[in-house]
Amino acid sequence: MSSEKNVAVPHDLFPWKPAQEMGRGPEKKLVVAHAPYWHDGSKIATKNYNIMIAALPAVLMGISQYGAPALGVIAFAMACAMIWELVMNLAMGKPFSIGDGSAAVTGLLLGMLMPATAPWWVIALGTFIAIVVGKQIFGGIGFNPLNPPMLALAMLVISFKGVFDFNEALRHYDLGFVMTYPLADLKAFGPGVIGKFSLGDLFMGKQAGAVGSTFGLGLVVGGLYLILRGYMRWEISLSFLAGVFITAWLFNMADSAKYAGPMFHLFAGYTLIAAFFLVPEDSSSPVNFIPMLIFGACAGLMTVLIRNIGMYVDGVPFSILLMNLANPLLDRIRPKAIGKVVKNA
Amino acid sequence: MIKRSFLGLVKPALRYNLAPDSVQELPVPNKVILLLKVSENGGRPSTLKVGDAVKTGQRLSASPDSVEYVISSVTGTISAMAPYVGTLGQRYTAITIDARGQDEWDDSFNKTPTLDTCMKFFEYAPGSPSFKGFADPEKSIRTIVISGMDQDLLLTANQYVVQSQAADIKAGADALKQMAGVDRILITVPENLVQQANTTGAEVKVVRATYPNSLPHMIMKDLLGQVVSAGDTLEDAGVVFVSAEAVAALGAAFRTGQLPVTKVVTVVGKDGRTTNVRARLGTPLKDVLQACNVTVNDRDRLILGGPMRGAATYSEDLPVEPSTDGVVVQDDVGSAQVTDYPCINCGECIRICPVRIPVNMLVRFLEARLYEDAAAMYDLHCCIECGLCSYVCVSRIPVFQYIMLGKYELSLIKTAEAE
Repeated sequence: MSSEKNVAVPHDLFPWKPAQEMGRGPEKKLVVAHAPYWHDGSKIATKNYNIMIAALPAVLMGISQYGAPALGVIAFAMACAMIWELVMNLAMGKPFSIGDGSAAVTGLLLGMLMPATAPWWVIALGTFIAIVVGKQIFGGIGFNPLNPPMLALAMLVISFKGVFDFNEALRHYDLGFVMTYPLADLKAFGPGVIGKFSLGDLFMGKQAGAVGSTFGLGLVVGGLYLILRGYMRWEISLSFLAGVFITAWLFNMADSAKYAGPMFHLFAGYTLIAAFFLVPEDSSSPVNFIPMLIFGACAGLMTVLIRNIGMYVDGVPFSILLMNLANPLLDRIRPKAIGKVVKNA
Repeated sequence: MIKRSFLGLVKPALRYNLAPDSVQELPVPNKVILLLKVSENGGRPSTLKVGDAVKTGQRLSASPDSVEYVISSVTGTISAMAPYVGTLGQRYTAITIDARGQDEWDDSFNKTPTLDTCMKFFEYAPGSPSFKGFADPEKSIRTIVISGMDQDLLLTANQYVVQSQAADIKAGADALKQMAGVDRILITVPENLVQQANTTGAEVKVVRATYPNSLPHMIMKDLLGQVVSAGDTLEDAGVVFVSAEAVAALGAAFRTGQLPVTKVVTVVGKDGRTTNVRARLGTPLKDVLQACNVTVNDRDRLILGGPMRGAATYSEDLPVEPSTDGVVVQDDVGSAQVTDYPCINCGECIRICPVRIPVNMLVRFLEARLYEDAAAMYDLHCCIECGLCSYVCVSRIPVFQYIMLGKYELSLIKTAEAE
């Protein structure tokens, strides 16, 4: 596999060389490799570091709101994720892969989805699920069929309801805005009570919630940065947002006394972090144009369905995991290759 | 090397080099090495032996009835003959000829422009044209495309020929049309060479200046409106591609009565500077590089052809061959390195593939050596071999190499089944 091996050239491969040119010291050893000899310079590490940079605005906002505990959650999640990756590398006798930034990104995203008060053992367990169960047992980066942070979040939400009950978790904080979790209020009391959340406040991060998923503006800016740089697939992000918006709008049209409006669903809970950082995860999402649209739109649809008529407060982790399962099927919808001959057509 | 743009959402535009440098004529080298293909049943050459005197333009073949031959590019004596094995296992006899000053021209070439003459004397012409398609009764060739645009990035040998030898191309095109009996003869050139191309008498088609638009399959699709089916050759589709340099060489040969013995080569140094030289066929690369002041060090890459589709070779002693349009020297630092990371399914290759192959799936099958499945389900044979998938791969998987390996393994299976 490696192209870096030197190719030793013994002299007798060149029998046409006149005798006097033989033995003039060693041949130059040239590197032989297959074409192409140019590369656009992209690499996985660059991509992952850019994702981390893009996540910074939202993370910094969370840290400024919740202080040291938020920083602790993020830092501990990243550290744990990288340690689990390292442990798995050692256990499986594979080359160390923490340098590619993939584990750090998984840890960062999982940290961003947790409340600032999450206990250390939940974080350690969550990163274990994300890295070991979600990724490494399938073979590591590129092989995970499910989105690792989403898998971890779903398992944690089901297992430790109290930790992810944001109203309960954040009860000691008063940050100068309404300190109840918007989606929980919606679920418990219906859209009548959500009038206290202004859309502007929700978008600007003035809502209770997880460390890195409340600052809508920061997430949108980071997401647009990733999309423009070509690190995230805009098709999936946009169709996810469209799916959420249209489904919520239809529900709202049908019965506005029972279901909240579309903009509320866009700005509350995990919607924006999912749209720009979670749904377009490489390995677990499709790559062809139409499948990407279906994937995103269906994930959006499922999210609102679960929020509106399901039992969970936020449907993001479950909708994404469900669509991850559909990914291999979806990606079979692909354009016909040019020149392909269809037999028996 | 062209890097990913900051706004990665935009597809990278790899632009061809459209400014042919003027050509520096190289002196006749002290010795040339001609690689004579060993035909299927060929043993040791019977008609050639060390010590034979050869003249410039003399046709050298292993035996009187062999179809494989080379044309001596110098006058001198054969000083060595040795077997040589090419990259994909093709067997050659490497004939070294020590040059002896003045050229004496061999006179066995007669100027009657017939297909037989072409097959007998011009298959070793610069650009290595193939005339077998015209002679094959199973193929009906209706169109000839003269490639006036170089296929790979940086190279300008053919563009130089269009720019400076349009009259020869016209003569060659006329001769080709007459002997092959085709209806249509086209010349494909970049925008800036349309004026010269118009004087050749062939139908002019303009090729867009971004890679891979000048590859034959892309020209077929975009400019001729005809898609070549997977697994078919261009000849199967009724089209023969000939490089502008080959056509010009043909025209010049019928005018002067002397067979072509030189080749225009674009030499690209480590700093990306390009130089065009005209060298005798068989000139060792060492001499060419020396003339261009390009030094090669340990761990460098010496690439025959261009940066996207060329073939890195292992020695400066190899000769300039009729198909060598360019020689690229690349420093170890900054050359593209591959890794054994798996595919992360980012989809860059899907977006850039000019023939819409599901590269992400294809490469998984190729990595698992499931070549037949790769061909049956994931369009291995649709690949037009542009190398863009490897160029953009974030995991730096040698995708192009896997594809070529897959095609090669399948061809071996096919040959084995036929026997």
